[in-house]
Formats: sequence, structure tokens, C-alpha cells
Amino acid sequence: MDARPPSHAPDPFRAGRNAGWKLVDASRLDGDRSLDADVVIVGTGAGGGTAAEILAAAGLSVVMIEEGPLATSTDFHMRESEAYPQLYQESAARKTRDHAINILQGRCVGGGTTVNWTSSFRTPAATLEHWASEYRLAGLGESDLAPWFERMERRLGIADWPVPPNANNAALRRGGEALGIKVEPIRRNVRGCWNIGYCGTGCPTNAKQSMLVTTIPAALEHGATLVTRARALAVAHAGRRATELSCAALDARGTDPTARRISVRARTFIASAGAIGTPALLLRSGVPDPYGVIGKRTFLHPTVVSAALLPERVDGFSGAPQSIYSDQFLAAEPSGPMGYKLEVPPIHPVLAAITLPGHGAGHARWMEQLPHMQVILALLRDGFHPASAGGTVSVRADGTPLLDYPLNDYLWDGARRAFATMAQTQFAAGAQAVMPVHASRPTYAAWSEARAGLAALPLAPLVAPVFSAHVMGGCAIGADPRRSAVDPTGRYHHLDNLYVIDGSLFPTSIGANPQLSIYAFAAKLASALASSL
Amino acid sequence: MRQDLIASRFRSSRRTFLKAGVAGSAALLLLRQVHAGAAAPEASRDVLPSGARAVFAAIVPILLDGALPAGSECPVAVAQTLAAIEAAIAGLPPAARAELAELFSLLGFAPTRCLVAGVWSPWPAASAESVGAFLDRWRDSRFALLRSAYEALHQIVFAAWYAQPRAWPAIGYPGPPSIPSS
Repeated sequence: MDARPPSHAPDPFRAGRNAGWKLVDASRLDGDRSLDADVVIVGTGAGGGTAAEILAAAGLSVVMIEEGPLATSTDFHMRESEAYPQLYQESAARKTRDHAINILQGRCVGGGTTVNWTSSFRTPAATLEHWASEYRLAGLGESDLAPWFERMERRLGIADWPVPPNANNAALRRGGEALGIKVEPIRRNVRGCWNIGYCGTGCPTNAKQSMLVTTIPAALEHGATLVTRARALAVAHAGRRATELSCAALDARGTDPTARRISVRARTFIASAGAIGTPALLLRSGVPDPYGVIGKRTFLHPTVVSAALLPERVDGFSGAPQSIYSDQFLAAEPSGPMGYKLEVPPIHPVLAAITLPGHGAGHARWMEQLPHMQVILALLRDGFHPASAGGTVSVRADGTPLLDYPLNDYLWDGARRAFATMAQTQFAAGAQAVMPVHASRPTYAAWSEARAGLAALPLAPLVAPVFSAHVMGGCAIGADPRRSAVDPTGRYHHLDNLYVIDGSLFPTSIGANPQLSIYAFAAKLASALASSL
Repeated sequence: MRQDLIASRFRSSRRTFLKAGVAGSAALLLLRQVHAGAAAPEASRDVLPSGARAVFAAIVPILLDGALPAGSECPVAVAQTLAAIEAAIAGLPPAARAELAELFSLLGFAPTRCLVAGVWSPWPAASAESVGAFLDRWRDSRFALLRSAYEALHQIVFAAWYAQPRAWPAIGYPGPPSIPSS
């Protein structure tokens, strides 16, 4: 089917620049700057972007601070060589302390929403029930959040995706159905999507309804200021009040601070720097933390990967990257053995090459079969069991964040079952060969062989590579200051005008791609905040 | 069967590396002391130190064996890959650059190159066999630190090669579609 619209949606920043939007690229500053605002928001991803629109629309003066660049559809050329260094934290090579987990995390205007694969799920009921019972979180149940989900779904065009899945997703559906595994379509936040498959390098047609093309332009239209290439260093505070945010300008490459400083005085401070950046900002700020909760219980949906070769072409680089999923292996009661969600990734050359293990002729032979490659991901649901305490964010000597996330037997047990499920599904979909992504590069020709091999496969850090594209937790929301960083309104327990609005709020992982959860929480908390200011 | 082969190599290299690992850790500590005394600022982040360049020049043809073009195109492809590696490292944050600098100090310092990498000749003179054996040992090492160093080299080199359009015809990747401007 070829129902492409005749042209793509225009780059909103092209017109906005002419309309006088207040845009400051800190890498080009020739002196220090100080700004005043009602509200300063650190970070422009799902949390910060959503909050910015709501607060600016309420008539408040808003300053947005973004560490990454302002890159728009005009700059998006669908090249991995440009996108990873430009749009991702640490060139898409951010690692946990022991390097065992590679984290894909956005770092640009729009944050993760600019580079994510558009999968949109409401927070699963089982997750909300777990929070209500284990963390005594009141007022955040399914029915409390439903209007906020509806609101953000409307705002961001989140809807069923009527186009047939690409062959990579279709293989997950076919394999699942053959095995009696329930598979379902994924809703996506797109309008007029061309089904090209390059969501991860920045949507070139502005179809993806990221913060970059929705809430941030709206906030700018309301008079907000956007400062890019500025790293929030610390929030100064006195008594129970945050007083001033200090930021360092970064160089044009966006990696190293320059001598230029930006300070923002504000009535209200919102940390929306993501579940690694927000705890790091609070730690650098030395805010009171009597129970040592900041940066603890950080979750990743640790992800293991299985590659397969199908006889037919898959062309996993083409078409909406994620349109089919299965929650068959996420038990309704999440506190048992580790469950996992099945999805597939886009299969582009660099992503495939760095993920496939080993080197030399064996690696080259797999790469030569890229058009026939089918890949399944298992996202492990972390944070629901006592043995799944997640990771801890700290700051290095240079102030940058570092996440320590130990991998333990509880997790490896889930990973082993996930490898088996993925291989079985791939064979059921017609795979001729299946290779779990693992340093020993085992290649299986049949499910029986895979079943035996996977049962004996040694699983350890940097032997079975683990990936993450979802960082959550570290500044949990809750009523009890001994177990949470912010109260149920998102306000930091120990400062009256400091809020957290991003994925760090979650007491556990979500158990689904988190963007819609962040949108709904952000809309709810920011709306309450707007009416209180 | 292949698994058994790997497992036996794992076991034999484990013995070698238990020794090399202890000696290597001692050497690494020593090296850190030396470096701490002479903490020179980075000369220029856009130019790889010559030691790092020599290591990449040695490992690129081994990691990309079977992927690089044959004949006269090969040196061009290697040179472009080395340039892409240089640019990629320059684009990393300071903490990641510092970790890599430490790795390349280790690989460039003759005693640690011999003890920890098991490469007995200077990098430009090292045989393909010895470089290949070094990469295999680090990939399969029982020490997570060495596996992570292998993984870093793997990620940098494979990203630098497969990001280039010249790598795409061999893997059947047509490149991104063209988008008519609005």
C-alpha cells in the first residue's frame, strides 16, 4: 500500500524562529546569562515537554533548560552516523558502571520522545495495583489516571495503527500465534506516518508526535524560553526553598562544558532530566535527603536480544519499527519470577553490527544477511520483587551521572526463559537459524537444539549483553519520605518549590514502554501545579 | 560442538589469564601512578594519540575481516574507518574519553601490552595472528574488565564501519529512502 501524503508536515521551528520564539543556544553565548521565570524546567522530554505546555498555557513564564541540541526535521537525515552522536546520551553508548548494560537514551530537544520508536501503552493495571498495595500510592489508580491518558492520547495522536506490520513485527505475530502466545498491535503517537522506519534517528516528516513538534512549540508560542546546550549543574536552596538554578553552557559538540554560565532565578523548579539526569541533579545540588532515597531503585527494563534468519526478506530497517507485542510472559501478579514483554527493534546497520557478538568472518556473514534478519527483544520487568532492587545513580568527580546496575541470578533466570521464548517464537515463525545475542555466539538450527543449548548457556555480565531504552525510578513518588523522594503532587519532600516530573517518579519499572505513563503523570502533576501557582 | 570448542578455549585461556590478569592489574596500578604524576591535559581531542591510532590500525582489519573490501579499495576503507573512529571518540563525553585513554595507555605501554594483551611486538609490527588471538582472548576472558574493553573496541569499530555508505551494498542495505522536501 502506498498512501503517502503528498508532503510532510512542516518543521514548526522554521516558522517559529521567524515568529520570535525565544531560543537560546548556550554553546554560542559570548557571556554569562541570567534569567528570571515563574517556572524553570530542566529537561524537555516526555515529562518536561508536557509540563512546559501546561504551565506556559496557564500564563506562567517558563524557561526550559536542555542539555542537548535543538535538532529538527530539517536536520534529520536518517543516518545513524549523525543521529547517535547528535541526539543520544553519550553517542548512544551510555553504559552502566561495569559496562554490562548499554543504555539508549535521548539527549536533544524532545528528549527520548524525539528518538523513540513511538510505542504507546497506558501504565498496566497490574503495575498501578502493585504501587497502590506495596507503596500505598493513593489517587493514582486506573480510574484516576484514565482522563489524563485520554487527554494525552488526544494531544499526541495516540491511536491504533491501521497499517499492516512490517515483516519483522509480522514474524513476532506469526510465531506467537503458531504457539498460542497472545500477540497484540501497538498503538503509536503518529499523525500521517509514512511508515518509513526511521523513528530512531529523528522523524524526518514530523509525523511522530514527539515533544519536539507538539508541546514544546506550543510552550514557545505561549512565550516560553528554550535554552539548549545547557547542562543544569545544581539547584541552590535555602531553608525549604530552592532559589536559583545554575547551568554550564556546553561546547558546540555538546560534550564539554565551556566557561559560560547561565543562572535562572525562579519561583518553582521542576526536574525533568530523566531517571539518570534528575537524581544526578539533586545529588549535585546537595538537597536534604535524610533517608538517602535519591538515585536509589533505578530501573531499566533490562533487555536481551535474539537474532534469527528467515528464508524470506524481512527488511527490518523499513516500516514502523514496533507495531506488535506480547505480554504473555508478564504475569498479572508481577512480584513472582521476572516477567518480560516481547517486542522487536528496527534493524539498521550500526545497531545490528554493534549488537551482533564477535567479529571477523562470522560477524560479517550475519551482517551480509541483514535483509533476512529478524530480531526479537525481551524487556525484563524489574523492580517488583525483593531481588530486583534496580540500580543506583551517583555522580562522578566531574559531576556527570553514573548508574550502577548489578545483574543478579533473579534477572538471569528471567533472561534465560526469555531467550528460550524468543528462539521458540522465531522457529515457529519459520526461522532457519536462531542466535541469542551472547558472547559465545551459539547458532541453533532447530527449536530442540536451541532448548537444550539455552538451558546450559552461561549467563553473566558482558557475556550476555544487556540493553535498555527505558530508564525509570530513582526519585519515587509516595507519601512516605522514608521510601520516596517526592509527595503525591510531585513536590520534593524537603523543599517546598522543587518538583520532579519525569520517569524518575515511578516506584518500579512500568512493564511497558514508558512514554505514555510519563505523559499522563506529567499532565496530571503539572495541571495541579499550574492551578496552585 | 562449537560450544565445546569455545568452552575448552575458555578453560585454557582462563589459566593463562589468571596469571596475566594479576600481573596486568599490578601493571595497571603502576601505570595509573605514573599517569597521576604526569597528568597532562589532552593535547587535542580531535586527534587520536598515536598509541591509540596504532592499536586501531592493527585491530580494524581483524575485526572487520570478511567485511572490508578486497584489493586496492581495502586501504581506503581502513583509512576512512580510522577517521570515523577518531571523530566518534572526539564526540564522546570527557569521562568516556578518559576511560578509553586509560585503555590505550595500557595497550600502548609495552609491559602491559605484553602481559595483559599478550601481544609481544609493537602494534604496527604485530602479526594478524597475534592481534586476532588478543581479541579472542579478551572477548572470551573470564575477567569482566577485559570483556568490557573488548566490547568497547567492538562497538567503536563496527559502528565506524557500518555507518559508512560504502559498507552497505555488501549487506543489502539500500540506505535511507529519499524524502521530498515539503
